[in-house]
Amino acid sequence: MSVRMIEYREALREAMSEEMRRDKRVMLLGEEVAQYNGAYKVSRGMLDEFGARRVIDTPISESGFAGMAIGAAMLGLRPIVEFMSWSFSLVAADPILNNAPKMLYMSGGQFGCPIVFRGNDGAGGQLGSTHSWCVEGLFSNVPGLKMAIPSNPYDAKGLLKTAIRDDDPVFFLESERMLAAKGEVPEAEYLIPFGQARVCRVGTDCTIASWGRPVHFAVDAAEQLAKEGISCEVIDMRTVRPLDIGSVVRSVKKTGCLVVADQSWSFGSPGSELAAQVHQHCFDDLDHYVVRVHSADVPTPYAQNLEAEYLPNARRICEAVRVVTYNT
Amino acid sequence: MFGSAIGPLIMPITTAFKTEIERISILDEHGNFDESLGKDLIPNADLVRLYEAMSACRFLDEVAFKLQRSGRMGTYPQNMGQEAPSLGAAYVLTKNDWLVTCYRENCGLFWRGVPMESILMHWMGDERGNAIPRELHCTPIAIPIGTQMLHATGLAWASKYRSEPHIACTFFGDGATSEGDFHEACNFAANLEIPVIFFCQNNFWAISVPGKIQCSAPTLAQRGIAYGMPCIQIDGNDIFAVVYAVKKAAAYTRATSKPYFIEAVTYRLADHTTADDARRYRDQAEVDIWKQRDPLIRTRDLMKKRKLWNDSKESDLQERLGKEIAAAVARAEGIAAPDRTDFFNYMYSELPSDLIRQRETMHTHSLGQDPSQLPAGAAMPTATAH
Repeated sequence: MSVRMIEYREALREAMSEEMRRDKRVMLLGEEVAQYNGAYKVSRGMLDEFGARRVIDTPISESGFAGMAIGAAMLGLRPIVEFMSWSFSLVAADPILNNAPKMLYMSGGQFGCPIVFRGNDGAGGQLGSTHSWCVEGLFSNVPGLKMAIPSNPYDAKGLLKTAIRDDDPVFFLESERMLAAKGEVPEAEYLIPFGQARVCRVGTDCTIASWGRPVHFAVDAAEQLAKEGISCEVIDMRTVRPLDIGSVVRSVKKTGCLVVADQSWSFGSPGSELAAQVHQHCFDDLDHYVVRVHSADVPTPYAQNLEAEYLPNARRICEAVRVVTYNT
Repeated sequence: MFGSAIGPLIMPITTAFKTEIERISILDEHGNFDESLGKDLIPNADLVRLYEAMSACRFLDEVAFKLQRSGRMGTYPQNMGQEAPSLGAAYVLTKNDWLVTCYRENCGLFWRGVPMESILMHWMGDERGNAIPRELHCTPIAIPIGTQMLHATGLAWASKYRSEPHIACTFFGDGATSEGDFHEACNFAANLEIPVIFFCQNNFWAISVPGKIQCSAPTLAQRGIAYGMPCIQIDGNDIFAVVYAVKKAAAYTRATSKPYFIEAVTYRLADHTTADDARRYRDQAEVDIWKQRDPLIRTRDLMKKRKLWNDSKESDLQERLGKEIAAAVARAEGIAAPDRTDFFNYMYSELPSDLIRQRETMHTHSLGQDPSQLPAGAAMPTATAH
């Protein structure tokens, strides 16, 4: 079967549609997902194919549909909850943090919560600070959940299919800025297991680890640095829970240094977790302490130039790599 | 029609919506019994069993209170005075209907088949008490206020999706009707046509917060009207009224797949929990009035009137309950403490490698973070390129 170039949003739609064809327990719910084809057109055509029983337009109440999905999952369904934007999940904090990830634990193994919560994460392009939340720092701290943050259409499809089949709650973080991005996606079915990072560029001088949209910043930086004679290995973590620390450790043992590009705030972030673990595992292999490139510790700016400056952009990643490789 | 020969147009005064809230009382605190509603509602043999169930719940409450005061149990919320609402619901509903409770529904849970020691274990601080067998269709006791109403809505929705005839009945207090989750659950259930009974136990006090701070309308029942639900208010200390209302609600909900709202007016005779002292915020005179309205007293008096009960049966019952509950306490206290690695077991459907490492190394300072604790080659999966 062939490989096509499709958009990230189409990859997401294919993943959901394929899994819904395969498993009648899977359903999609959220604001505007049915009649309107989704606020970001991710679910275009799904109402026509699956009907209103399985593609469900909900009232505007995130806590409501997140909590309801928990009840449905307790009875064996596999809801996919679209938050439109993860920014809006904040009003559903209790169901998604206080119930879903601990229901199995608190019921002594009686009730699992196989739910996929998905939506756009991070700065979407001048949406202002309340609509630009990057939630991985906040939510990955909670045990009991899994978190996937795909950076490209291929991963989006393969990881979402895995997420839907997973028996635990999965937080699936997409990016509005990547929805229209095209990438190669085979027609044949595939799944990408959680906890397997991908080396997307091989290099020898410095490792750059990232996930989600900043992977592209890292690749841009690596291309720029190659011109300066610095060879970077870029690792796309794909999931931060579970975190494939082994792949990073193997790479750092080769390069001797690590830069982490993470669009969440620096304090208590997946980036700081990754850095801490690499310091534990590679204490004697590191030629420089791990440098993390995060978003600035301010709300996401509204102005275009400031938003670009605020993010862990290629320019700042380049500077960090020059520092850890002593090329300043 | 405008300005016709009949005369100048007078805008008609219309009513967009008009309603009233039905209030059901069948067996009141004075022993009056409404035959028109109550006849054949509860067979005499069942009435005795229901009374015994309420007595058992009350007895357990008193035992639990003493256990807490003597340091053998953590904070415990007494059910005293509120035995009838959950019991009546559990009595009417089928075993496959969901009981989605908060924490003052012991009586209904016991009727459904939840062992007393499960509830005791829960409040003694043993999570295993919450592992209620799935076939009982009861969810774990929900302590955050209001979250369970959404779970109930989801459970009923899933049941409908699977073309099962089961409904959900969720319990909550007057305070919970101020929570957003209550309104979101009602709105969902009504608009998406989900078969849920919203069962409010209005006991007048949310810890120390009186009902008037939660709701300025004359009834809580009317909150359901805003969502297009049929609403009813009942005397929650009247087991007949509860059974009547739940039968009506369940029949409606099952037939239409739409939600129904019941407000049971009851009263928390004890403190909110053993950590509370209600004397600081409510008058003893109020409590004394409600003591006269105790659901057990009026049920017992009716049974005596019907020659179903006498003092000797009462003392036999108390003696039997004393033994049964002592045995339940012994079982709850006798169970071996959980293994110290147990808390990892139900974190994920399959335990990830980093948690396996934490479990295996939890006797150490580092909980698996020390690289030397890594088994050779383990937890370092191969990175794959595609």
